[in-house]
Amino acid sequence: MDFNDTPEEAAFRKEVRTWLDANATRKSDDKASYRARNDDPNLLAKAKEWQAKKAEAGYARMTWPKEFGGRGASPILQVIYQQEEANYLVPLGFFDIGLGMCIPTMMAYASPEHLKRYVKPALHGEEIWCQLFSEPAAGSDVAGIRTRAERDGDGWVINGQKVWTSGAHYCDYGIIITRTDPSVPKHQGLTMFFLSMKSPGVEVRPIKQMSGGANFNEVFFTNVRIPDSQRLGKVGEGWKAALTTLMNERLAVGLPSGGLDIDELMELARDTDLEDGPAIRNQQVRGKIADWYVQQQGLKLTRYRTLTALSKGQTPGPESSIIKIVAAPKMQDMGAFAMELMGPAGIMKEDVPQAAGFQAQWIGGAGFRIAGGTDEILRNIVAERVLGLPQDVRVDKDVPFNKMK
Amino acid sequence: MNFDFSDDQKLLKEQVRKFLADKCPLKVVRRVLDGNETHADEVWKGLVELGVPATGIPEEYGGLGLSPLELCVIAEEIGRAAAPVPFDTSVVLATEALKLAGSDAQKKKWLPLLAEGKATGTLAVAEGAQPPKPRNTTTTFGGGRLNGKKVPVADGEAATFAIVVAKNSLALVELAQKGVTKRRVETIDPARKHCELTFTDANAELLGTEGEGWRLLERLYDAAAIYFAFAQVGGAEAAMYMARDYALQRQAFGRAIGSYQAIKHKLADCYVKLELARSNAYYGAMMLTDGGADLPLAAAAARIAASEAYDFAAKENIQTHGGIGFTWEADTQFHYRRAKLLALSLGGPMAWKDKLVTRLEQKNAA
Repeated sequence: MDFNDTPEEAAFRKEVRTWLDANATRKSDDKASYRARNDDPNLLAKAKEWQAKKAEAGYARMTWPKEFGGRGASPILQVIYQQEEANYLVPLGFFDIGLGMCIPTMMAYASPEHLKRYVKPALHGEEIWCQLFSEPAAGSDVAGIRTRAERDGDGWVINGQKVWTSGAHYCDYGIIITRTDPSVPKHQGLTMFFLSMKSPGVEVRPIKQMSGGANFNEVFFTNVRIPDSQRLGKVGEGWKAALTTLMNERLAVGLPSGGLDIDELMELARDTDLEDGPAIRNQQVRGKIADWYVQQQGLKLTRYRTLTALSKGQTPGPESSIIKIVAAPKMQDMGAFAMELMGPAGIMKEDVPQAAGFQAQWIGGAGFRIAGGTDEILRNIVAERVLGLPQDVRVDKDVPFNKMK
Repeated sequence: MNFDFSDDQKLLKEQVRKFLADKCPLKVVRRVLDGNETHADEVWKGLVELGVPATGIPEEYGGLGLSPLELCVIAEEIGRAAAPVPFDTSVVLATEALKLAGSDAQKKKWLPLLAEGKATGTLAVAEGAQPPKPRNTTTTFGGGRLNGKKVPVADGEAATFAIVVAKNSLALVELAQKGVTKRRVETIDPARKHCELTFTDANAELLGTEGEGWRLLERLYDAAAIYFAFAQVGGAEAAMYMARDYALQRQAFGRAIGSYQAIKHKLADCYVKLELARSNAYYGAMMLTDGGADLPLAAAAARIAASEAYDFAAKENIQTHGGIGFTWEADTQFHYRRAKLLALSLGGPMAWKDKLVTRLEQKNAA
């Protein structure tokens, strides 16, 4: 067993590192203290600039076919690129949904003309895409959505509302799942489209998050007209298209894990003075550090098992389905524990800069346990798809949507 | 990235698994648990024939000279079957102790016998109630004589020799002699018989350097922790699937109990802990094989994760079975007992968590 690259992978890693050295600033080798913070108002512009550079050099979405700007490469090469990129001070995060989920859906269903028009600008960061799935009445139960698309001549008229749409406030395009036939059971009456977020009738309203920021939105659709040519897949086959989108979400491996972790917690424990001495000497504190270290290592090493399969060109096993189940509560609980260690200062948002990072974990963790598959849904998925247990009883599966209460 | 076992190692794993599935189903565990046998001898003989005790022994000492990776996959299968055989004690602890600290003469004498299954060994550390440490260890070794009492000693009754932790040093003592008496003691896992060993001026040899006993024990425990972790992973997986299988067929309120989220989520949690343990165990295996600097840290993480995974799976397996899970008749008790035995044998999670943080501090300071 080893963590080594194959000769081809090693050569690629060297190539990537050379390019990154020439085009970006390497992060300092000093361990990120829990006192550090990152805020930049021009982040979006900088991120677009970086995405364009990456795409020009052929490092963005290497698994995509060559005709779309990729290399048709094995996923392991994209992982290697991401691993190397994580060591540099570059702005990331705006394109994951668009390039990771929306454009692959377009590739599966859109016409060649549309792919020619839309893929390259997306890849180069010129246009950003969002995913319009969740609604107030349908989050975990995606198929329960109500936003209507009604036939109107050779186009469609969309009315309804989406919610939790990340990035809608800066996105140019989106893929949207709509209900085109309420008279059939819910999974059968859906159709997917794509549209410009600047279409008349589209209104984006930011949602203020518990954390204070507003990265996601409500999106209202009032008589929004789109041509039938923007339909993705057959009428009534929107569920199939949605599964394509959601499946691509699961293929994201080797994502860099930012944020404060064991090293920062230990630093805090060394700096904290409890009744019986430094917190790092306290057995309760040590027990918790050990538990979270075991989880942190377990997640890292589980990713390595998945990468091993990718490196060999094999389909990874289901082990990576545990990642978010473990990582999200850990983020919340570790942040909370760190705040406890800080005593009264743990609640302060002024004058105590070192509290900010852990407070952000405690707050962010609450959302992370819900977004992208709740703790509960993810456990259902493990139980059903990995352990072969039966699906939950669904009382609405065969009932026409408009007959449901 | 090559963080997996080789195809050959996977083949060996399958081979051992098939043998144990055939020759050591849970009714064999029950037989030893309910009866007087020290172990399931026919299973042990079959494992000897497969070369299991010889796996980690160098070829120059009559072994197969394979790597820790081979022994790890075997350990996982032994754990899956909860096999009532002296694997933990003889193949892991005693063999590793000899490899770690034995003189060439001691290795020449004992390793070939262990490899051929002609002898078995065990480790004797504890002396009753208190967790063993230098200041409460009263067993003494000096002038070739061993005096004291060790209890509980796993597989001590059938063992040919024991590695004994005396106050300062390790001693190797052959158990069939006038100065050694054995008394069986009942434990919470009667499928693995334990005994009390009393030494009265027993003839013994120094193992390793004088005064280095506890330091050697710590290194031995690190290696053992990793092999045990694989056994615990195997056992955890067996318990989880036993619960899953039951949940698929048991009906309540008109449908399989496995269709209720309380059960689904419980078993999903088993899976999560199992995979965290497996990943940590793999890293332990890698460190053992390479002699990597991370070995002590990896051993602690592997032990903690695996103990939690097996304990959890075993108790939730009982829970999933409902009332029947609490009967003597059900197969659920075997993993519950074995999980506890393995979790406590080398010192429990509390001690290892403290050890882990110490090792993390040492690593960060380096």
